Amino acid sequence: MSATAVHSLWTTAAEVEPLGKIPTPHIEYAQLAPVLIVVGAAVLGILVEAFVPRRARYYTQLFLTTVALAAAFAAVVGLAAGGYGTTEKQIAAMGAIAVDGPALFLQGTILLASLVSVFTFAERRLDPAAHGNRIDSFAAEAAAVPGSEHEKAAVKAGFTTTEVFPLVLFAITGMLVFPAANDLLTLFIALEVFSLPLYLLCAVARRKRLMSQEAAVKYFLLGAFSSAFLLFGIALVYGYAGSVSYARIADVVEGSVRTIDPALADTMGNDALLLIGGALILMGLLFKVGAVPFHMWTPDVYQGAPTPVTGFMAAATKVAAFGALLRLLYVALPGLAWDWQPVMWAIAIVTMLGGAIVAITQTDIKRLLAYSSIAHAGFILAGVIATTPEGISSVLFYLLAYSFVTIGAFAVVTLVRDAGGEATHLSKWAGLGRRSPLVAAVFAVFLLAFAGIPLTSGFAGKFAVFKAAAEGGAGALVVVGVISSAIAAFFYIRVIVLMFFSEPKPEGPTVAVPSPLTMTTIGVGVAVTLVLGLAPQYFLDLASQAGVFVR
Amino acid sequence: MNPVNYLYLAALLFTIGAAGVLIRRNAIVVFMCVELMLNACNLAFVAFSRMHGNLDGQIIAFFTMVVAAAEVVVGLAIIVSLFRSRHSASVDDASLMKL
Repeated sequence: MSATAVHSLWTTAAEVEPLGKIPTPHIEYAQLAPVLIVVGAAVLGILVEAFVPRRARYYTQLFLTTVALAAAFAAVVGLAAGGYGTTEKQIAAMGAIAVDGPALFLQGTILLASLVSVFTFAERRLDPAAHGNRIDSFAAEAAAVPGSEHEKAAVKAGFTTTEVFPLVLFAITGMLVFPAANDLLTLFIALEVFSLPLYLLCAVARRKRLMSQEAAVKYFLLGAFSSAFLLFGIALVYGYAGSVSYARIADVVEGSVRTIDPALADTMGNDALLLIGGALILMGLLFKVGAVPFHMWTPDVYQGAPTPVTGFMAAATKVAAFGALLRLLYVALPGLAWDWQPVMWAIAIVTMLGGAIVAITQTDIKRLLAYSSIAHAGFILAGVIATTPEGISSVLFYLLAYSFVTIGAFAVVTLVRDAGGEATHLSKWAGLGRRSPLVAAVFAVFLLAFAGIPLTSGFAGKFAVFKAAAEGGAGALVVVGVISSAIAAFFYIRVIVLMFFSEPKPEGPTVAVPSPLTMTTIGVGVAVTLVLGLAPQYFLDLASQAGVFVR
Repeated sequence: MNPVNYLYLAALLFTIGAAGVLIRRNAIVVFMCVELMLNACNLAFVAFSRMHGNLDGQIIAFFTMVVAAAEVVVGLAIIVSLFRSRHSASVDDASLMKL
């Protein structure tokens, strides 16, 4: 008699089967390589902070970050070349992450944009050296109280916050997962993974530290508030569909599930769960995008955060959040399109008009760019509403064009300085074109691209988005979009007029001569702006090839 | 007991938390109210998990707890640094950037 048979003499198997067996996960490491490379480099960066001597940390971190981002971009290109964007698209990591065209396109955009904006993080030539140490945009020691002896000692010792490099890598990890998230849990975790490092990055400016800390508190409290709404929305949608997977939710919404158990039949009949849940999730995503009823944090955070962080955040967060929004609306909730379209119409209209109109009254260049980013969120929403393949590809193209213009514009803002750091008040920019024509001309190119003037990437992007919206039956939205573009053009042109056609003030700001790092950022920004404006066809084709979601 | 009652409780806790965020003025208390909202979400997840008879909701509750813990680390660091430089954690006092 075998041991188990003896055993069975005095025991019986439990009557109740376990609730559900959890299978061991199967992870496709190759398809997830871009994310894994970046998160691996971030963990290495933490170890560098712990073990590498302080003097060598800056170069080690800069090298590690650059190599990791370049390698991750190469991995994205490799996946795209392997057909994962088109024919081989699939869902990896047990249904958690989609590897498809939009995901790869947006991941590539985020990685390239991050790579050039990391160069502005590393810039150390804008300020004169203090105590023989070169200084960057970040606090000598973020924990020291501003103005205290502790802070002065840290500055004198030449400390720098090199932790910003691992932090930015963690944020990029979350941003890479966010547009690829294929279930609501992954969506929420990715949101938190990129938000938490961004809150910290906002708080570590070297100058105007009180403003920087204030921006971080505002961003953190409002961000946590909005992610709680997102999570409650996820709970309600989970209650409705009995699953957090996008494909399953889409089936339940459309009523095409094969087997319906009594619990599911009960919750499926309750549309309030779905509608309220969907609205709360949208609210959380629209907060990250900066669309109008949820935009209050944008100007304060953009103004208070260190300018390199602002540029990174303005570009990469927007790309990631619009990617997640597209996937949610097009993959999980297409069956609900009749319900979300009117709401998104209203939000797009108030976002376009609100951003453009309030921007006119701004006197600070960073706040002005913040309101301009709100208006741009409205333009991109017009493409999202189209619900056509052209809608997807036009949004992808717009995000690519917009992110490089934004990073370039904020990089130029870091150059214009006076005794207190960056001179962000608009009155100080008067006559900049006389004093340093090159910087003013470059900034004018970025402003024209924001305004959507032909021969810049802004025009190609806006044209694509509005065309898609018009063909998708949102003609009225296009009219509002064109009107608010005209309003927005007014204040962009006003800045150009201020720079070139007014007398420079004698005590005006100076323009710092940057190192090759920031020059690269600005140069890439100008190049992408002009190339996408003059010859957009290749990239439009790329976006339209990439514009199919896997389900 | 009918699990739907727990959903009502979750909705109530969530509303209390959201009202607290909007009404209270101390950054720490505002943050505690956000944590209350996250806990309300957890309760809803577990209740729905029981209703549907699958484990997804319970597993999500664990993830939420980890996220909440990470948020505490980041949030307290930021709020404490604000408090140390201003000797006040009031969200009304933080108004350097008002128009």
